[in-house]
Amino acid sequence: MVFLIFVFIGRESLPVFLGKTDTATAKFIPVDQMDHLTPEQLRQYLLLSPAEFKGKSREFLRHKMELREEEAKESGDNKDAAINTTRWRYMLRPYQWSDYNRPEFIWQPRGEIQKFNIIPLVVGSLKVTTVALLISVPLSLAAAIFVSQLCPVRIRELIKPGIELLAGIPSVVLGFFALNVMAGVLQGIFHYRSALNALLAGAALGLAVVPVVFSIAEDALTSVPRSYVQAALALGSSRWQAAWQVVVPAAVPGIFAAIVLGFGRAIGETMIVLMASGNAGVMSWSLLDSARTITATIAAELGEAVQGSPHYRVLFMIGVLLFVVTFLSNLAGELVMQRLKGRLEGKR
Amino acid sequence: MNAVQHPDLRIGRPNWASVFFTGLTGLATFLILAILALILGNALYHGWSNFNWRFLTGGTAKGMFSGGNGIWPMIYGTSARVILMTIFVMPVGVITAIYLTEYAPSGSLLTRFIRSAVNNLAGVPSIVFGLFGLGFFISFIGRNMDAALNPGVEAPVWGKPALIWASLTLAVMTLPVVIVATEESLRAIPQGLREASLALGATKLETVVKIVLPQALPGIMTGAILAIGRAAGEVAPILFTGAAYYMASLPHALSDQFMDLGYHIFILSTQSPNVTETRPIAYATVLALLLLTFSLNLVAILIRARMRSKMRAMH
Repeated sequence: MVFLIFVFIGRESLPVFLGKTDTATAKFIPVDQMDHLTPEQLRQYLLLSPAEFKGKSREFLRHKMELREEEAKESGDNKDAAINTTRWRYMLRPYQWSDYNRPEFIWQPRGEIQKFNIIPLVVGSLKVTTVALLISVPLSLAAAIFVSQLCPVRIRELIKPGIELLAGIPSVVLGFFALNVMAGVLQGIFHYRSALNALLAGAALGLAVVPVVFSIAEDALTSVPRSYVQAALALGSSRWQAAWQVVVPAAVPGIFAAIVLGFGRAIGETMIVLMASGNAGVMSWSLLDSARTITATIAAELGEAVQGSPHYRVLFMIGVLLFVVTFLSNLAGELVMQRLKGRLEGKR
Repeated sequence: MNAVQHPDLRIGRPNWASVFFTGLTGLATFLILAILALILGNALYHGWSNFNWRFLTGGTAKGMFSGGNGIWPMIYGTSARVILMTIFVMPVGVITAIYLTEYAPSGSLLTRFIRSAVNNLAGVPSIVFGLFGLGFFISFIGRNMDAALNPGVEAPVWGKPALIWASLTLAVMTLPVVIVATEESLRAIPQGLREASLALGATKLETVVKIVLPQALPGIMTGAILAIGRAAGEVAPILFTGAAYYMASLPHALSDQFMDLGYHIFILSTQSPNVTETRPIAYATVLALLLLTFSLNLVAILIRARMRSKMRAMH
């Protein structure tokens, strides 16, 4: 029986394991597509559909390749055509493409020359996430302090399920709300150009992060032993003083964990940013410009990327990037939280 | 006796600060709840007029974006994937939780490893599960099934987005929810109950199956309901693993694609050629999805609250 259960455990942890290995293979990007071509790559290089490609003679393919070469020579002024845009150099650093007058970061997987610079996506994700955290962290920490320390027990029993319900709102609904209600309100306040931008996406994302930060911070604050508060109160401090100067400092690691886990949630959220951020793949630090995040890019483009194509591989690669980032932030939050609880329980 | 005045406590400080900050944090709490109420009220206000029986049971014969359409295919698709997911996730999740609480030596390396794996699984972004579903279930398992079952056939049967792959992806995603809820309910059972059973000569297995599990049933139910509530609203994991933009008929087989409520909301609000005409149906669809997930969550919260107070009474 124990053995059987072990098998089930194996089966259960398998997805985690395979999830890692499987997406990690996507990191492998054909470095020199021009030279070492598998049939599949050849097919893609020649822009043939599988049905067209099948059963074609070598001569035909060679002829096709020659045609392609001629085409390439004709557009010889376009030096970009010879570049393998999936090299790290082109994905991470700015490059002066032939139609541009200065080096730029560009994500543009469609078109003749696919440009896979992931920096705009990373910046977009960070922008939106920062806005979300700036909005949600103060709000939810204040609420957590209120609920765990200051308010009467009966009100707490009412508020907590309410915030749990907020966690239950599907993100697509939050995205819809952002699109139909918040977009108009925010534009009325700030009068910016594009209705869909990083600010809007961040604000909507903040709503999704609030329950995460709240529940973990609240958990951390409640796990501070009651005796701390009682001691502070006995010394004549008010409830607020006890909460702010005794409980909060004791729970600081937990609050940190809450923020880190909130960050993990925010950077991994897909539907809200897909609907509300505008999705322009241009590098910009401005909050009022449209932004494109890692998650939204995957969601929007994977459906149309040809399986096995460089585009497809790059999308999986940024998926791995996302996975690693969230994994590390979750791990950090988890460890801090465990240590805090251990310490507080040990002290009791 | 002289009170020792701790410098950090500043006892002489006027009390207005306390009142002010209590009010401020209370305001923040109120703001969060107000936003929640606003979202619900907004959906209810705009969605109600179109939310009727014909809308819920009608098909999409009249074009996706205009009025007079129903959302039955989406309700059907969402229910199908959620039910399948429950079938996949419950046995694995419950058995894992039983192992972790009843059998695994607490504090051993393996137990800690499994725990942290479960916790980390809970924090993985849903889009990554979508990638995983595509990469593992469709590209790996599906392709190989195609190659093994009907070799030489061009059109893939399993190696493409399908109902079953979407359900499996969601099952992997909701596994931590089920495990955590089941574990919690197993822990809430007094140790004395187990000891009494063992003392009467029952084996460990008999104790677990006949004594512990029935007691833990409400908690396990809560886990299932929470998992369903979470999965019903998720769109990102099924984007590439099974959801279809449009389908003329309901899914008949596990290898069919399906239409989905959440994905439909996304399509209605971003792809519509005529936004003003589509908005009322979009609102009604949002209302339907919200009612579905909220009623599930509410039931789960209520069961859990009752369980906790019962547990408090026991200890």
